[in-house]
Amino acid sequence: MTAVAGRHRLPEAVPTGDVPPPALPPVRRGRAGLLLAALGVGVVVSTLVSAGQGQLDVPADQVLGSVLHRLGVDVLPLPTHPQGDNTLWQVRFPRVALAVLVGAALATAGALMQGLFGNPLAEPGVVGVSVGAALAAAFVIVFQVTLLGAWTVPAFAFAGGLVTTLAVYALSRADGRTEVVTLVLTGIAVNAVCSAGLALMLFLGDTAAREEIVFWQLGSLNGTRWAHVAVVAPCVGIGLAGALALSRRLDVLALGDRAARHVGVDVERVRVAAIVLVALLTAAAVSFAGIIAFVGLVVPHLVRMVVGPGHRVLVPASALGGALLLLWADLFARTAVAYADLPIGMLTSLVGGPFFFWLLRRTRRTAGGWA
Amino acid sequence: MNAPLVASGVGVELGGAPVLHDVDLEVRLGELLVLVGPNGAGKSTLLGVLSGDQVPQRGTVTLDGRRVASLRAGELARRRAVLPQENRLAFGFRVVDVVRMGRAAWAGRPEEDRDDLVVAEALRRSDVTHLAERVYPTLSGGERARTSLARVLAQETALVLLDEPTAALDVRHVELVMAQARELAAAGHAVVAVLHDLTLAAAHADRVCVLADGRVRAVGAPRAVLTADLLSTVYEHPLEVVDLDGRLLVLPHRHPQEALC
Ligand SMILES: Nc1ncnc2c1ncn2[C@@H]1O[C@H](COP(=O)(O)OP(=O)(O)O)[C@@H](O)[C@H]1O
Ligand SMILES: [Mg+2]
Repeated sequence: MTAVAGRHRLPEAVPTGDVPPPALPPVRRGRAGLLLAALGVGVVVSTLVSAGQGQLDVPADQVLGSVLHRLGVDVLPLPTHPQGDNTLWQVRFPRVALAVLVGAALATAGALMQGLFGNPLAEPGVVGVSVGAALAAAFVIVFQVTLLGAWTVPAFAFAGGLVTTLAVYALSRADGRTEVVTLVLTGIAVNAVCSAGLALMLFLGDTAAREEIVFWQLGSLNGTRWAHVAVVAPCVGIGLAGALALSRRLDVLALGDRAARHVGVDVERVRVAAIVLVALLTAAAVSFAGIIAFVGLVVPHLVRMVVGPGHRVLVPASALGGALLLLWADLFARTAVAYADLPIGMLTSLVGGPFFFWLLRRTRRTAGGWA
Repeated sequence: MNAPLVASGVGVELGGAPVLHDVDLEVRLGELLVLVGPNGAGKSTLLGVLSGDQVPQRGTVTLDGRRVASLRAGELARRRAVLPQENRLAFGFRVVDVVRMGRAAWAGRPEEDRDDLVVAEALRRSDVTHLAERVYPTLSGGERARTSLARVLAQETALVLLDEPTAALDVRHVELVMAQARELAAAGHAVVAVLHDLTLAAAHADRVCVLADGRVRAVGAPRAVLTADLLSTVYEHPLEVVDLDGRLLVLPHRHPQEALC
């Protein structure tokens, strides 16, 4: 095996006097670092601001004071309102935490899926994976399955997400790549079938189940409890870590399956890993927050415009960006109209729909992205 | 062993139709082997079989005595690099990032330390250093082809398989790419290139393999293989082979008057 191993370096440049080897263009570390830092600070600040807003207003310094107090540091004022501390810890913080987790999960799932499909229009909501996960979860509600306790809904959602991701992948892939048109049409078909399933669940369910399913089709973070956060957090943690571990190989997938294999990437393994991670992240997001579409489309796209398509930056930046987006969307959802909690999925679709259309037209026009 | 990559008795069927019949071919170190033949002769398919993309239905392809199909993607990528006929990219990576992808198989090994050096050298050799910061999908066809060649060079493999590396290039870059292929061969690599320009093949090849209808019609030194008789039969068009001061030119017959001049 040694005849061709390791002895075939690129011939050294022909020495032509003292010409130094050409310098490589700089890696854009500065820009990436700046973006990640800005997004990180943005998430922390937005969390504190968002947690203070609502029917009972708590100023941001008092929110921070309350958090620090629980950590044993008493430098900032505690909430002055008698119900302030209670509201923060019972209602606001779990909700804000879930917004961060769900936003990060959806944006990361979008980035992963786009890398996997080699197509900037792939997204769990667009191609029907969210609805697939939702259908499996609705099944749990209607038939009152309680096999796995608090984990029943996420487990079913994961199974549903996995089946739909596999189906979309198998149906839209031809000759090692996915054309935009095929992907979008596959998404329509999968969405249609899964929506029909959801409609059947609505039909079969009793009034309480119906209400829960409808609420959830719209997507909302209303009524989040710490128990939900405790289930979602580990899923998102695993999903994010997996996505980061795959990032260099996801870059190479942009060459297409065949060329990716030529440079040494085990395409089948990356593909399986990415599909499982997408299903896990989508299930984590859908289980308690319902269908929130387009986050995974908008956020990675904006990140790519700033720092380019490399997944080592794209994945963490999308996670932070998704968290930031959902924090503000949720704040808007619960404060825009007094005494009303707007469905957050409606808001993201309102903005994401036109964005999707713009992206579709742009992708068709430009050479990139296999129009 | 001088011939690390050997195809013997290779037969391939695609979509039910036979594409390669009983192909025997040795790829030798220190040699530029040029594959020629009409469109649809099976050149890309043969390259696919040699590179491990395609498992032949009949016969075997071995790399240092082991079946290519049994090697894992990483193992294979450290031994052979492939320039496909078509090179697409899904996202707007910069040229330098694309060339860096060629180093993927060396990640986590001592050779990784050479990454920057090798990438810079590969960019220079393909004459794309000035494009390093450009975004790949915005390049012209020829610039993309050269970027992809740089990616292949950066892989630093003993075996280099090139499918029509000169198809989209201007005259200067055709010569540049062929010079690179020659240099690699001179440095001990084994290079296989599919070419359409028979004069180019005659000028640069150590050996030429003529493929037609999925069969090897001749393999050997350019002068022995590129004869008017064989080429006219294979290409189904009258061709002339002219020796101009020691250089072999292959010219198609045009109008009878022109041929008389
Ligand atoms: N996937 C496929 N299915 C069916 N036929 C194929 C396929 N790929 C190639 N072919 C056929 O095999 C023959 C050889 O193709 P190819 O190796 O690409 O030829 P070339 O010598 O021009 O590179 C052609 O007739 C082509 O139409
Ligand atoms: Mg071909």
